[in-house]
Amino acid sequence: MSTEAKRPPVPSPSPSPAAAQKRKEKGTPGDNGADAARATELAPTTPGVRRELLHSMLLQRRFEERCAEAYALGKIGGFCHLYIGQEAISTGVMSMIRPDDYVITAYRDHGQALARGVNPRSVMAELFGRQDGCSGGKGGSMHIFDAKTNFLGGHGIVGGHVPIAAGVGFAIKYRRGNQVCVCFFGEAAVNIGAFHEALNLASLWDLPVIFIIENNRYGMGTAISRSTANEDVLVRAKGYRMDGESVDGQDVFAVRECMARAVERARKGKRPTLIEMRTYRFMGHSMSDAVSGTYRTKDELEENMKRDPILLLHNRIFEAGELTEGEMHKLDDEAKAIAQDAWDFADASPEPPLEKLYADVYADTSS
Amino acid sequence: MAVVTYRDALTQALREELQRDDRVFLIGEEVAQYNGAYKVSKGLLDEFGPMRIVDTPITELGFAGVGVGAAMVGLRPIVEFMTWNFALLAIDEVVNAAAKMRYMSGGQFTMPMVFRGPNGAALQLGAQHSQAWESWFAHIPGLKVCTPATPADAKGLLKSAIRDDNPVVFLEGEMLYNTKGEVPDGEHLVPFGVADLKREGDHCSVITHGKMALVAMKVADDLAKEGINIDVVDLRTVRPIDVEAISRSVQKTNRAVVLEEGWEICGMGSQVVDFIQRECFDDLDAPVLRVHQEDVPMPYAKNLERAAKPDAGKAIAAIKKVMYLD
Ligand SMILES: Cc1ncc(C[n+]2csc(CCOP(=O)(O)OP(=O)(O)O)c2C)c(N)n1
Ligand SMILES: [Mg+2]
Repeated sequence: MSTEAKRPPVPSPSPSPAAAQKRKEKGTPGDNGADAARATELAPTTPGVRRELLHSMLLQRRFEERCAEAYALGKIGGFCHLYIGQEAISTGVMSMIRPDDYVITAYRDHGQALARGVNPRSVMAELFGRQDGCSGGKGGSMHIFDAKTNFLGGHGIVGGHVPIAAGVGFAIKYRRGNQVCVCFFGEAAVNIGAFHEALNLASLWDLPVIFIIENNRYGMGTAISRSTANEDVLVRAKGYRMDGESVDGQDVFAVRECMARAVERARKGKRPTLIEMRTYRFMGHSMSDAVSGTYRTKDELEENMKRDPILLLHNRIFEAGELTEGEMHKLDDEAKAIAQDAWDFADASPEPPLEKLYADVYADTSS
Repeated sequence: MAVVTYRDALTQALREELQRDDRVFLIGEEVAQYNGAYKVSKGLLDEFGPMRIVDTPITELGFAGVGVGAAMVGLRPIVEFMTWNFALLAIDEVVNAAAKMRYMSGGQFTMPMVFRGPNGAALQLGAQHSQAWESWFAHIPGLKVCTPATPADAKGLLKSAIRDDNPVVFLEGEMLYNTKGEVPDGEHLVPFGVADLKREGDHCSVITHGKMALVAMKVADDLAKEGINIDVVDLRTVRPIDVEAISRSVQKTNRAVVLEEGWEICGMGSQVVDFIQRECFDDLDAPVLRVHQEDVPMPYAKNLERAAKPDAGKAIAAIKKVMYLD
């Protein structure tokens, strides 16, 4: 396990360190106090980069707010899992990898797709089940795939894609490449057998895979304390002789730093890493699940929403004097405009033609 | 008779059997505190407590195996899969353990347990979440497989399943939970291997099970207006399967359509057609036709999904074809 996990927290620039401490005791993701202005050796940012990070997170937020609206109107069907509240993770992670790296994830995949650079129009069209969707309307919300950005899918079976990530790592090694594969999944997936098999293989064979647990503390209605014998999910790294880190997933800078180490470890050291990113989902598990009041209290939700990753980043940039209120609004308006454009595009895109029903069952239909 | 939903009928069955036999317990994801992902176990935690209504982590292989172990030594587990799509992770325990434990042990260990949960496609859930598994499990000697279509059958079959000393795969229709129907008052058990004639007619037999039985009943009512009267043979259990009921109907109508939710190749219909050609070869006035899901993974887009699924229109076309009316 990396010593990084035990690194003393950097002095926090947050207005009320005492309040942050209190939140920590209550079990909300801790603020380890990374500073926007700080240029770390591993993941330096410039004002321009910081603005891009904010833009990426705002886009996901605004896009998914429109998803909720479209769902209510019946334009999106089936299961739809929103990522709202977790955007610092997708943005931070994607900002640290290269276009030729690979990304694979579970069903809560819109935010990651957008942060990866999948065209918002093709994501929305996919959600609308239209011809111009990234999978031609055949996948839907849980199955966003985009070969252009090496986005290897949203996968619907909990834990099922974790060994697939090891397979991608195997292929990278096989071809003597220096890419990495990033694999996202929820904390509930760490109890699935496939997760354990994948970690063992990745470590045994020195595969360049970064396994990211997005610990939002609930798997549907089940709190981690009710599902996981050892809530310290990082011990699973130790069990497989793998480096592991735990990081505040609401802090995009912390995410980036931690990723910098993991990417280096994968590219240069050819070793996998397990990262726990502590976060919280602000919406229900899916569109049919209550936001709060059943398995988590409104108080708990509100407490956690104070650490909205977008707000945290915004405040830091703002406090550093890098962005005026007006510029901030402009960024937000841009994000809204992209979401609106994606909606309009998706709405205008036709349903897939019926002859597509039998297309792509096999690669070669001649045999 | 009270009119209840399919969901409530299942809850009644669970409650009655939990009350009747304290070896019976329910285990699965979100079954207790969340009252079930589809609310089938609503209220049961309050009534029976956490030793008998057991929430699990997302560990299908693990808790199915826990069920098998508990059954080996005398308990009567009901293992709930949130949906049968996730049961694939546990198929080793269902097929390699539960189904053959008694046989492998020369009859020493029985498996009085039920694996249950929603089966089949709902709406726009996509390829990994829209699948009908009955033919997979019906293939396996040692398992029994129930596919109830109505609240009465759901209740009666589930009670029988819980009392059965064999492993029973119980496939509930994900789209049926809110449907309503009359359920007999008092103790209501439905035996396995006995089909139910849900509509009667002389012109054609529609042999079906599960959610498709509702489609067939609607088709029967619609066709009756055109003067076409069909038998709807609802198999209710696909293993054991009521071959006699199938033959009886086909020998009367001389024509048959087999309607199912799953795929064509090696589907339930393949087996039913085989029984028909063996038992009713000389009775047939037309080749038997099958209606089923198109031979593709389920697409997400609304229009493609509609095109992929079997439905009333496709069933009517097949019926008219075997009657040479098209
Ligand atoms: C094998 C399997 N079992 C059950 C489900 C149903 N299910 C979908 S998401 C989910 C919760 C997963 O929680 P977590 O891994 O923490 O991810 P989160 O939803 O919090 O992002 C469950 C139980 C599934 N998709 N796959
Ligand atoms: Mg979670």
